[in-house]
Parts: sequence; structure tokens; C-alpha cells
Amino acid sequence: MSERRIAVDALARVEGEGALRVMVQDHRVTDIQLRIYEPPRFFEAFLRGRRYQEAPDLTARICGICPVAYQMSAAHALEKAMGVTPPPGVRELRRLFYCGEWISSHVLHIFLLHLPDFLGHESALGMAADPRLRPWVERALRMKQIGNRLVTLIGGREIHPVNACVGGFYRAPRRADLAAMEPDLAWGLETAVEAVRFAAGLEYPDFEADYEFVSLRHPDEYPLNEGRLVSSAGLDAAVEDFERHVIEEQVAHSNALHARRAETGRSYLVGPTSRVNLNFDRLSPAAQSVAREIGLALPIRNPFRSLLARGLETVHAFEEALALVRAYVPPAPPRAPLPDPPRAGAGAHATEAPRGLLYHRYEVDDRGLVASARIVPPTSQNLKRIEDDLWQFVPGVLDLPHEEATWRCEQLVRCYDPCISCATHFLRLHIARA
Amino acid sequence: MTTARRRKPTLAVFKFASCDGCQLTLLDCEDELLTVAGEVEIAYFLEASRQTAPGPYDVALVEGSITTQEEVERLKEVRQQARLLVAIGACATAGGIQALRNWADVAEFTRVVYARPEHIHALAQSVPLSEVVPVDFELRGCPISKRHLVDLVTSLLIGRKPQVPTHSVCVECKRRGTVCVMVAHGVPCLGPATQAGCGAICPAYHRGCYGCFGPMELPNAASLGTQFLALGLSPGEVVRAFRSINGYAPAFRAAGAKFGREARTGGAREAGRE
Repeated sequence: MSERRIAVDALARVEGEGALRVMVQDHRVTDIQLRIYEPPRFFEAFLRGRRYQEAPDLTARICGICPVAYQMSAAHALEKAMGVTPPPGVRELRRLFYCGEWISSHVLHIFLLHLPDFLGHESALGMAADPRLRPWVERALRMKQIGNRLVTLIGGREIHPVNACVGGFYRAPRRADLAAMEPDLAWGLETAVEAVRFAAGLEYPDFEADYEFVSLRHPDEYPLNEGRLVSSAGLDAAVEDFERHVIEEQVAHSNALHARRAETGRSYLVGPTSRVNLNFDRLSPAAQSVAREIGLALPIRNPFRSLLARGLETVHAFEEALALVRAYVPPAPPRAPLPDPPRAGAGAHATEAPRGLLYHRYEVDDRGLVASARIVPPTSQNLKRIEDDLWQFVPGVLDLPHEEATWRCEQLVRCYDPCISCATHFLRLHIARA
Repeated sequence: MTTARRRKPTLAVFKFASCDGCQLTLLDCEDELLTVAGEVEIAYFLEASRQTAPGPYDVALVEGSITTQEEVERLKEVRQQARLLVAIGACATAGGIQALRNWADVAEFTRVVYARPEHIHALAQSVPLSEVVPVDFELRGCPISKRHLVDLVTSLLIGRKPQVPTHSVCVECKRRGTVCVMVAHGVPCLGPATQAGCGAICPAYHRGCYGCFGPMELPNAASLGTQFLALGLSPGEVVRAFRSINGYAPAFRAAGAKFGREARTGGAREAGRE
């Protein structure tokens, strides 16, 4: 009997810390574990007893890559709990804020984390040393910087911005400051379209899986802050009902929980691929047009081609940001007053983080303190799906030399842009008691 | 550098319990990244590259707090491999937001949030690196300042001491011309006790500072807390103000404890007001 182990002790070019273990016996895969060893930080536990207005600032600290997503999901959920509607103009400013984060997060993943795998490099810094690729690294850094500048203009800084709050924003950015970004956003749009053309020419491993795609869907917008919870298997529900359609379970090898669909017990996929597959008709004109030009076949079922979905969403984010900046009128006032004294209430909401659906639910007591919190980040929803993909993928690479097989498995994991710092904070607050 | 042969200094980046934001700051130095990569050898930086070189390293930038026994051991190994160990960010320098467990029962936290707590191994406290190993330099902030990071790398290259301010956020507000939110609008602001470095962002966005950069050198936190009480905050709210992102930093910890005692003696009177 031959035994073989594929092990990646520390996954590189992912956010956070995880390891991969594949056990093979007699040419048959016997076990696969995507192990999250990022230690728990107990966000949902320590949020209890904090003032509800602190939730956007505190939950942002779950993830330095997508703090805006945490702030948006928290603010929306708590506005529902408090019965507050933000003033006119806040919704658009929030979309613009989110576009900035999508741009910097997607460009980071496409060029700095994912692309090196396709071009045989260890890192983007390695790519920068190649004169043919250096212009793309430079363009990527500039695109990423534009996204970060947008977040900074609206939020005060790019990582853990300070301006978003329950009710809206503390201060509306000045029209002139945002208008000054127009030329850069126009350049970014053009460059992102070029990037999709470039990415279409890459060689993608031949691998497809059968997914249930899950994302938000909005009547007339590409989903960011609002929409219904839909899936390729016919799910169509209010975001508040998320917990009725998703089950989580703790597995021994991981500090993150695994999510499954309640109705089928199967894994599902969230993120750019799901959003593009379910909302292609809501993508901006330039994004749809370049998708047609490169002959993109929908639905995307090859995880490696998520790079293209991320690229199309980058085009969309630049185009939408440009339109929002041109139409921008500072909301006045920038935030709705909050009930004083506070009222007790509960609220749940999901928005589309760069990596997929991000669900928050809060209960607030009559002193305005958080009584319970529940946070379901995108990567913990995808973990079981990644393991399922590996079960299907690994047999196809077993004949390769060991190093190559290991590298291929690692590449598959990177396709999901896993944000392990986030995933580990997915903690179950209510336990089922027998 | 004291080595005889001219070589690029080696830089390594390590992560413990944290959000990744401080090491992302390095990748967010879009204007400087390729230059920095040309001047130093990035020997270990998993978030950016799968290629790693073995230590020892000239400088280790270490993000995150120490929350498990495994992390204690790993940090000791990092210390052995690093000529200079720099703690970056509120987690590494003060235990971070996850240090809120230090005032709670971590076993209860685990039981409440995990169905099978026996699989979770967490220490009772989240502590800064300096409680486990000697630390050579600290960059404060949640997240750290890009400017400080670039200055740190530059300092390393030319052999001078990094320039990091130790005065309060108030100085940054005055330089920026921001109207004082506490004096003019009665908004509680941690700025008078917090170390500068962020650029006084919060008051510029019409809100009070919440202490991302931790206590300044010799802060008068007790006096600031008393001012918060005068503005109408309850002792419980004052405790929460200090016990946040940098709540486990000694000066904020002491202030939190002081007003915590007041909240307890205020007892039932406070319960209604919080």
C-alpha cells in the first residue's frame, strides 16, 4: 500500500494563515483538510456590551483587506435594528465607497496574489523584475492606488476608515475633492478593460465543478449594499432570512466553521464568480461589452477563471465610480439622527464584500448595548466549497511530480481569494443543545 | 549594518493574531513598493510571495498579538532569527482589540461561541509581543501609518533612528487647523491622551478620536476621563472609551480600571444611564 501526503504548511499569497493537507492512499484521496490555524479573536463575544455605534469601527478590525464591507454590513443591520433610514445621497456615497474597496481588493488579488501563478512567478515583485511584465505591475499598483484614494477621500484612510457610521457618514466629502478623481477613474476604467483583454489570453487549467452560486440580486443595480439573496438553484429570499437557508458546523481541523445550504446540505459558492453568473445583466456597459468581446462563456464554472470575473467587476467598479463621482451631490445632512434614548431592536443585513456575501445580525438592548452579534464572512462560506473542489481536483494532479502537484493544489485554493483572517472570526453564538 | 560585504538588508514579515491590515500597509505603499523591493531583500512575506528564504533576517516586522501557546513558541523562534524585531500595529504593541478578552472569561467566550470548545486552544489573554520577547522598536496604530513604515525602512537603510512622534493627536489637529470637537461641540475625544501618527483623521471628520495609536508619552488619562464625565458620559462609557483598540496598553488599562471602580461603586445608579 502506498501512502502519500501533500502538505502546504503555510499558504502563501492569501490573507491570513491556513494550511492544506491532502492524504492519498493507493492513488485514492482519503482525506482533505483546509486547516485554518489563524487563532480565534472572539469578535462576536466581545461585541456584547459595547455600544451599537461602535460596531462599524470594531468589526472593521476583522479584516484589513475589506474593512469597508464590515462597516457597510454593520451599519445597514443596525439601521434596521434602530428603525433609521439614512438621508438621501448616503446610499450613492456608500456605493462609491464600496467601489473603492472593490477596486483595491480585486486589483490586489488579480495582479499581486493570483496572476503570478499563471505566469510562473513566485510573486508580483518577481513579475516586476521581468521587463515584459513590469508595465502591468506598475499599472496594477496605480489602479490599486486609485481605489485606495477613493476610500481615503470618503473614509479618511484606506485601512479601517473612520467616516462610516450607523445612519450614514460623519462628514460628506467635498464635491471638488471627488471631482478631482475623474481623470484617474477614467484612466482606471480604460486600464481595467485592457487588463481583462490581457487576462483573457492567459492559459487556464482545464477544470470545472458543479456549483450552487449564491449572491445578492437587486432589481436594477449590480449588487453591492442591497438586494435579495438568490442562487442558481432557485433560492430567492430576503437577506434577513439568511440563517434559514444556511447551516454552519464546526470541524475539528479548523478554527473557522463550514457553511452548507440548509435545503440540500451541500456546499455553495459566494464571490465574484457567483455575482457575475447571477447578475451579468446588471454589469456596467463597458464590463458587459468586454466580456462579449473576449467571448466569455457563462456561467463560469472553472474556479481559475474567477480571475476574469474579478476583472469584469473591476471594470464595473471603475465605471460606476466614475458615474457616481460625476453625479455627486454631498448629502446634507450626511447622517440620520439615531433614537435618543436608544431603543431595543434587532436587525440583520448582508452586503457583497469583494470576496462575497457578508452577513451581520445584531440584537441591541434598551441601553443601546449590543446583546448578541453574529457575523458570517464570505471565506467561511466558501471553505467547504474549496475542500469539495480539492476532492475533485486532486486525482487529476496525482501523476505530476510531488512539488508540482502541491503547487497546483495551492493555486486552486488561491483562486477563491481566501481571506483567512476573516474566516476564523466566524463564530457560532447560539449553540444547539441536545 | 555591520557586515563587511555590501549586501541588501533582509526583511521578513510575520503575522500573529490580527487582521492583516498592518502588513497590507506595505503593499499599500504603491509609490514606494517597487523602490523598497529594490533596496531590501524581502526574504519572508507570505502575503506577497510563496518564495521564502531562511533566516536570520536583519529586520522582522511582526504584526498581531499573542493569543495561543503555539504563537508564544513561534514568536520566540522569530526573535531568534531577527537581528531587529519591530512590532507593527496595535495588536503587536498592545494586544489589539482582541485583548478585550483580558477582562472576560475566555472559557466562557469559547463555550458561548463554539459548539465544540474542546477543539479551540486560546490563551486567557491577548498580549503584546513585548510580554513574550524583547522588542527593538514599535510602530503604533490600527493600522500603522504608511509614512512611519516608509520612514522605518529608510532609517534602516541609512542607519538612523526612525522618527516617530510621541506627542498627542491634539498637536496634529492644531497643525491641520481642525476645530476642537471636544471644546467646540462637546464630543468626547481621546486625542489629548493619544499618540499622534494618524494625522488626526477623526476630528477632521467631525468625530472624536478613538485611540488607534494608543497612549502618548506621559498621558493624563485620568484627567481626560474626568472631563468625559463632565461632558455627561457615565463611568461605564468612560471605561469603554479607554478599553478599546488599545485598551490593554498600560496607561489606558489603568484609566479603564480607575473608571471601572467608579462604575461599580456607582452601581445601580449607572445601570439606568448607560
